[in-house]
Amino acid sequence: MKAKIVAGIDAGSSAIKLTLYDGKTMANSLCPAGWAPQEQAAGLLAAALAGKSPAQAAYIVGTGYGRLGLPFVTKAMTEITCHARGAGYLLPAARTVIDIGGQDAKAIRVDEAGKVEDFVMNDKCAAGTGRFLQVMAQALGLAIADIGAIEADPDGPACRINSMCTVFAESEVIGLVNRGVPREAIIAALHTSIANRVAVMAAAIQPLPPVAFTGGVSQNQALRRQLALRLGLSVITTGQAIFAGSIGAALYAWEAAGQL
Amino acid sequence: MADAFTMLKDIKAAGKKVVGFYCVYAPQELVLAAGALGFSLCATKEEGIPDGEKSLPRNFCPLIKSSYGLAVTDKCPYFLYADLIIGETTCDGKKKMFELMKGFKAVHVMKMPQSYLADSDKAYWLHEVQVLKELLEAELDTQITDEKLQAAIQVLNEERRLMQQLAGYLKNDPVPMTGQDFLKLLWGRNFVTDRAAFAEQIKAVISDIEESVANGEAARPQGAKRILVTGVPTGVGADKVIKIIEDCGAAVVYIENCSGMKQYVTLVDETKPPLTAIAEKYLAIPCSCMSPNPTRMEQLDQLVGEYRVDGVVDITWQGCHTYNVESRVVKEFLKQNGNTPFLQIETDYSQGDVEQITTRVQAFLEMMG
Repeated sequence: MKAKIVAGIDAGSSAIKLTLYDGKTMANSLCPAGWAPQEQAAGLLAAALAGKSPAQAAYIVGTGYGRLGLPFVTKAMTEITCHARGAGYLLPAARTVIDIGGQDAKAIRVDEAGKVEDFVMNDKCAAGTGRFLQVMAQALGLAIADIGAIEADPDGPACRINSMCTVFAESEVIGLVNRGVPREAIIAALHTSIANRVAVMAAAIQPLPPVAFTGGVSQNQALRRQLALRLGLSVITTGQAIFAGSIGAALYAWEAAGQL
Repeated sequence: MADAFTMLKDIKAAGKKVVGFYCVYAPQELVLAAGALGFSLCATKEEGIPDGEKSLPRNFCPLIKSSYGLAVTDKCPYFLYADLIIGETTCDGKKKMFELMKGFKAVHVMKMPQSYLADSDKAYWLHEVQVLKELLEAELDTQITDEKLQAAIQVLNEERRLMQQLAGYLKNDPVPMTGQDFLKLLWGRNFVTDRAAFAEQIKAVISDIEESVANGEAARPQGAKRILVTGVPTGVGADKVIKIIEDCGAAVVYIENCSGMKQYVTLVDETKPPLTAIAEKYLAIPCSCMSPNPTRMEQLDQLVGEYRVDGVVDITWQGCHTYNVESRVVKEFLKQNGNTPFLQIETDYSQGDVEQITTRVQAFLEMMG
């Protein structure tokens, strides 16, 4: 049986991403994970299928943090495999993928087909993840979505964030705020600090250019520039990069459905 | 069977001496030849860690903290009833832990050379083995003759041959036993009171496995990804990663770690003078504390071929510097010799990272296609 439509669902820690695919076009949508991610995911899928039941989708691959909790998926795959494939689809030139999501940061080496060759993932704590950035944004009274657009004055005062521990770094941020250091300078220091941490982690897989930047944090242009600087490699992204996981999942679903 | 505390109490009451050790570098033939019972000491339980941290730095490796915590609280029966502990300087952490242990227990520390390659290392280690022999004779009030050593060599070589034979069945696809069961069998050898009875048990297991293979019974489906596990000692109680790998659907076809097969792969040469042959065998153990450590790479290369391994998982404890650094060496070696997929898992004895490790192991298996 050749499938009519398949779905990829990336149930991340902060957002749920959905991609519907019919072999030609992709339709992406997302919603917050919230406190009931399974219901949120089911609602997202139902809305995308225009009120039809999930059974309308011939094959559903679930990925991400919540992949095992989704009752309607046909198959669960890891976000590492799916992100690599999705990044390969969105940015075919990519030889390395850096994905910064809510709970983790990953660096993945991929071949021409978006297949994983090697990978590394943060294993300590929130250091270098979206959660780290979110806590810092809160300490600065900002939304995480806004801080990527705030530019530091190159001639203005500069500062450093020395700790990668989320709690200690937050203390540093509060200290800097209280000393009257401009918010722009603190944000620049945070981006440098995250980019350093991710670049050191990525070194373990010997990253090759170009590097595709994916995941929720990829829309932060200031961080993307810092990453390129710290890696010494070109870092590319696209507005769809947050959907890399669900797109990869949908591509795997399409392949699997074709074999049914 | 009685619990270990009662069993050891009875053994001691019967006048038998007990020697404990933490590492496969402890030459067990000497203990056996001294007429004593040798046991591996408790080191792989998370339970001992909070007590260990009362005296040791928190960022020490879990194995040392567990060892010390279980020893100092009398929760390890083998430690409690041992007449002597044989320690060894395989890392700075253990070296300093043994200093603390000497405050409440008879501990003899064997000083390791830094390498197994040079003749001077071999001569130095032979001297260390000689010192241990004399110490055991004095402490346990006995004579360790060449005849007794030869007899002990034969007994332990026979065990090694049986373990090698057992491991060999995991070359089959499908595998007739899981890696977790294999580990339990290897682990059991650390707590043997009657070596002849133990050899009979292993022979019975081998005959069961042969029957399973003949009947086409499998512990994992045919075609399951074949994983070799290497790295730090990974015994029962600290076998989280091995369990995760098998829960993810792969087959652990070889456990190369020292708690696994590392200690069984070479025999003591029965044609040489016994003490020299014993020293040679033990020094040849390719632990990451040796610098450089080419034998580990050579053995891995051979095992990857023999066991048709799809991927290598290197388990390293947080705070274990030598294994953590050597992981890079192993990764690079495997890449250049057959491009075997490789995954390092740095962890401790806690269950806090099970989810993350599961994701990593799954991605690793997906990577192999």
